[in-house]
Amino acid sequence: MKSAVIVFPGSNCDRDIQVALRDFSGHGPAMVWHRDTELPEGIDLIALPGGFSYGDYLRAGAMAARSPIMQAVKDAAGRGVSVLGICNGFQILTETGILPGALMRNAGLSYVCREVNLKVENSQTAFTSRYQAGEEIVIPVAHHDGNYTADEATLDRLEGEGRVVFRYNGEVNGAARNIAGIINEAGNVLGMMPHPERMSEPAHGRTDGRRMFEGLVEALG
Amino acid sequence: MKTRIYVTLKNGVLDPQGKAIHHALEGLGFSGVNDVRAGKLIELDLADGVPTEEIEAMCTKLLANTVIENFRIEKAA
Repeated sequence: MKSAVIVFPGSNCDRDIQVALRDFSGHGPAMVWHRDTELPEGIDLIALPGGFSYGDYLRAGAMAARSPIMQAVKDAAGRGVSVLGICNGFQILTETGILPGALMRNAGLSYVCREVNLKVENSQTAFTSRYQAGEEIVIPVAHHDGNYTADEATLDRLEGEGRVVFRYNGEVNGAARNIAGIINEAGNVLGMMPHPERMSEPAHGRTDGRRMFEGLVEALG
Repeated sequence: MKTRIYVTLKNGVLDPQGKAIHHALEGLGFSGVNDVRAGKLIELDLADGVPTEEIEAMCTKLLANTVIENFRIEKAA
């Protein structure tokens, strides 16, 4: 699996995802600066990392979504290249319109930084094939703007098409229907607020996130 | 040419910030406030002759997220 991590000014989980991708795939990902306009050839997976790109100015992910590299990311996503957006990466994916809805300020207004119980709703994706549908896992969140919002018709459609991939088991940030992660219609772009890369090796305390990377390596070679 | 862009949350979109401001106002003893919605004001200093359609494009492409927000353009005299 050849991967690339897009680095924005203010990204702060780019090295965490870099280490996870390197360790699980055996190849260090290409680190691609946001001002670049092209991705390296033959990339199987693009990761949009967590952080506070552009200081969350205007709206979380708004500036990053308009940075030069994102056109290449959109084109690659359209060709079926897998894209994983974590936290700020999820916000960037909604801001570009690659994923529907928006991530608003947490309903409680507080920054939430803790481990949360997540239910795996869909295990039929390249990202979740190593999990069981309905399984509960523990993954940390760390965000101020994770309150997923979309109109009712969009929410119904996401639910009906099995595109809600992860759901919080309990209240975390006010997200509509406790949605923690969604996938696009084609099934190759996943956005999620929790951080699987921060729970992927024994030193992290738990390893519930590692099966996402193992599944991706299995699916993407 | 000074132009103001008012960005507000759409009706029905929960506004936690507005709610907190409302609570704070009540805490200060202002009991007559029915509701508070917080938005953004963005001031643009534009070259003469920038067409309205271009300002609208600025709003829809960046300044407002039309999934959750409305915008209003106000050109200053």
